[in-house]
Amino acid sequence: MPEEIKAHITGVVFQITAAAGARVAAGDPVIVLESMKMEIPVEAPRDGAVKEIRVQEGQTVQEGDVVAVLE
Amino acid sequence: MIRTVLVANRGEIARRVVRACRRLGLRSVAVHSEADRDAPHVRDADLAVAIGPAPARESYLDIERIVEAACRAGADAVHPGYGFLSENWRFAEACRRAGLVFVGPSSDAIRTMGDKTAARRLMAAAGVPVVPGSPETVVDVGEAELCARDVGYPIILKAAAGGGGIGMARVAAAGDLPAAFATAARRAQAAFGRADLYLERFLERPRHVEVQVFGDAAGALVHLGERECSLQRRHQKLVEESPAPNLPPATREGLARAALAGARAIGYVNAGTLEFLLDASGGFYFLEMNTRLQVEHPVTEEATGLDLVVEQLRVAGGAPLAWRQEDIVPRRAAIECRVYAEDPAKGFLPSPGTIARLELPAGEGIRVESGVETGTVVSVHYDPLLFKLVAAGATRAEAVERLAEALERCVVEGVRTTLPLLRRVLASRELREGRVHTQMIEQGAFNA
Repeated sequence: MPEEIKAHITGVVFQITAAAGARVAAGDPVIVLESMKMEIPVEAPRDGAVKEIRVQEGQTVQEGDVVAVLE
Repeated sequence: MIRTVLVANRGEIARRVVRACRRLGLRSVAVHSEADRDAPHVRDADLAVAIGPAPARESYLDIERIVEAACRAGADAVHPGYGFLSENWRFAEACRRAGLVFVGPSSDAIRTMGDKTAARRLMAAAGVPVVPGSPETVVDVGEAELCARDVGYPIILKAAAGGGGIGMARVAAAGDLPAAFATAARRAQAAFGRADLYLERFLERPRHVEVQVFGDAAGALVHLGERECSLQRRHQKLVEESPAPNLPPATREGLARAALAGARAIGYVNAGTLEFLLDASGGFYFLEMNTRLQVEHPVTEEATGLDLVVEQLRVAGGAPLAWRQEDIVPRRAAIECRVYAEDPAKGFLPSPGTIARLELPAGEGIRVESGVETGTVVSVHYDPLLFKLVAAGATRAEAVERLAEALERCVVEGVRTTLPLLRRVLASRELREGRVHTQMIEQGAFNA
């Protein structure tokens, strides 16, 4: 089952740390958001492969936006 | 002679500097990003200049645009506030090259104290006690291991070019060092463009106490007492007070003496702060020097009755320091807390949004420094500080009681804030008895 990963806060995409196709473990950062001078990782909720990254570095995302999808 | 001051900042500190300009009869120039077009600091100033889009890198951190704005607006001085470019020696240098007075120390002093290992070496040579640690940056994890063995675990890794707690990592035992070293180096590289790390012994439950110093171009130098700033999260302060409670007289005098010796060693001019960690046995160690005005400067102002920002502008304009050491005495107790747009229930996650309603307290002994108002959009691009509440009283107990009442009267709707946590802190026995240390908040001492 594909699973959507959502941003838990509003911020700007600072870094994409897992490319599409990469294997991630639960707790690994998939992207890092920058908000109010803080870097906040958005983590993989479970082990799996990244199916898709839906954001680009520098893009503003709102809380609840889908930033990536796991296979 | 200074006539027009450009304030290279935003929010409450920009308003604070504009107020000081007005007191001295100086013209003030605000700068603002596109996001801050309607911000209070823009309205406060006599003139405002747009300097670019919302991201700080393209506006408040853009040296060229700010210097150009200053020249275009006919400013003859620049006040950097805190944060942004305030501790960037290249900015101070760029101002001077453009014929602008930089309201602060020399670019050399900023540069020297900005390199945290060089600063520590220099302070140690001046007789200021420093935390046991690596004498310089460690080249690799092997050297870190050797050094950590001498210093003794637990240790803390820090970025040589760093600040604000970024890239710091506590290491409990030798086995954890390789992984922690790799992570800290990577974060330092990403945040500061330099991966260099140094290490220090990690002090358990220390207090953070700092000393305000002030020097002028003729070599006069005074201290304005200390501030207790132990209550922090992510190595950033939430509550500060002056004088520091429960400080033995010998420690208080030792801190002041050390701070003056340190500042004198670098020929320090204008306002600066030397930060120290205190251990349980009364030992104190130099942590770093902030070569700028501090966020928490109002507690010193309220305790001493002196205006630090007015004095910064006077001294930058070439005037001799208006105060002699013997005139500076704490007349009152003062305590401040910072209200941030962060959710303390969720590990202090940022809480951007629009302030739907704002009610700020007023009353005897209460001072509010706010950068926001009802309708302000709290943006993801900037520091989450909304406002500071400061209370003063004839005694510490009176100041604490006034701050606790003021906190009860604050209303902020639309964003989550640190208010609930601050109310619990002010009601706590630890704060009331003045027994605080730097790890309390992160250890959950004030959780609901």
